[in-house]
Amino acid sequence: MSRQFFRNIIRFLLLVLVQVLVLNEIKLGGYINPYIYVMFIILLPVDISKSLLLTLAFILGLTIDFFGNTLGLHAAATVLMAYARPGTINLFFSNLEFNSNEEPSLQRLKFSGFFRYVFVLVFIHNFTLYMLEVFSFTDFLYTLYRIMLNTLLTMLLIFITMFIFNKKSN
Amino acid sequence: MQNLFAFFLKYHFFILFVVLEIISLSFLFNSYSYHRSLKYNVVSDASGSLFSVSTSITNYFSLKSENEILIEENTGLRNKLKSSFYNPDSTADYKDSLYQYISAKVVSNSINKPNNFMLINKGHNQGLENEMGVISSFGVAGIVVGTSGNYSAIMSLLHHNTRISGRIKNGGQLVNIEWPGIDYRLGKVVDIPSHIVLRQGDSVITSGNSLIFPGGILIGTIVNQEINANAELSEATLKFATSFNTLKHVYVIKNKNRAEQIELLEESSDE
Repeated sequence: MSRQFFRNIIRFLLLVLVQVLVLNEIKLGGYINPYIYVMFIILLPVDISKSLLLTLAFILGLTIDFFGNTLGLHAAATVLMAYARPGTINLFFSNLEFNSNEEPSLQRLKFSGFFRYVFVLVFIHNFTLYMLEVFSFTDFLYTLYRIMLNTLLTMLLIFITMFIFNKKSN
Repeated sequence: MQNLFAFFLKYHFFILFVVLEIISLSFLFNSYSYHRSLKYNVVSDASGSLFSVSTSITNYFSLKSENEILIEENTGLRNKLKSSFYNPDSTADYKDSLYQYISAKVVSNSINKPNNFMLINKGHNQGLENEMGVISSFGVAGIVVGTSGNYSAIMSLLHHNTRISGRIKNGGQLVNIEWPGIDYRLGKVVDIPSHIVLRQGDSVITSGNSLIFPGGILIGTIVNQEINANAELSEATLKFATSFNTLKHVYVIKNKNRAEQIELLEESSDE
């Protein structure tokens, strides 16, 4: 338990630092901003207690808000995403048996399974974030276009990170 | 009682979810209203110093262009020196200046959100207060909305609450400047009387009617005007003078007579 505990703390810190110091500072065309920090929620153990999952999501979101001057915005989106996580896992992987403390991984879920799982969660997160930020349905198609673009870019970054760290552990 | 307990146990996931969302959303909507965004106060020295470390590294990459900008600006200022004029008007000899400029470095900045803020490395220890104007070497940049000991949050012009009082330099009409969102380079000039025809490249400067900015600071230049024959007021698109995506240095403007001016305004509105 303790090794996993520390791994998650380090993952939390690294993802927040990368998000705040690198990704939030890159201005890609002025309107895209990938949110790699949600990877922390995606990789939490499958059997984590649901209230702990929500609490961690809330703390993570508030931390990002604290550095981005957007108090409450990322917290709301990340909590909603965490709320959707157990249901998403049940929906896609009800036929799989997970060991205790097992984290979702490319090996177990296969690429297609992991892709669907990440897509649903990242899309929920981005959708909530942009809709709360814009807070109107005018230019909805344009907002949706930004949401899709940002979702795909976030996923690309998550997959690249997964491949890099998988290679190291093998 | 036991039933109630069982209810909470059964639905604790959903209840906790609702509670956390309510907390987040109330934070968020409080920061949306104009007055709250002026009282904005989550700036802290902790987040400020983290950004300082990262900008102190990344700033090296833009030293050359920053230098060129500062040299340009120095040349402009030297041309305005009294000694540069052949015959200075002796009556215009101010003993005290009304405005004091405080330089600061941008440690964090965003341009791609519907409401954008900057963080700069000067705070109330250096004399900064809320509602002071902030300009770049090129023109208006924003307004101070929160200060901590050594850092301040700036509401950038790229914010949906932005409403700056401006003046068309060539003609003197008063107008207002807003940011419609989406593009960080373009703003919107509103409240232009319809008989005024603007040309591309016309400068829009601060009017000097607010207590925040002195008059005559460039806000941007006109790109094109949308004239609606039926309306009394027309709108125009404006290209901001400040390039927000490369902003590194700013000046905060301290109006020394601000307290006196506010007092006077309050007195006269009481009557």
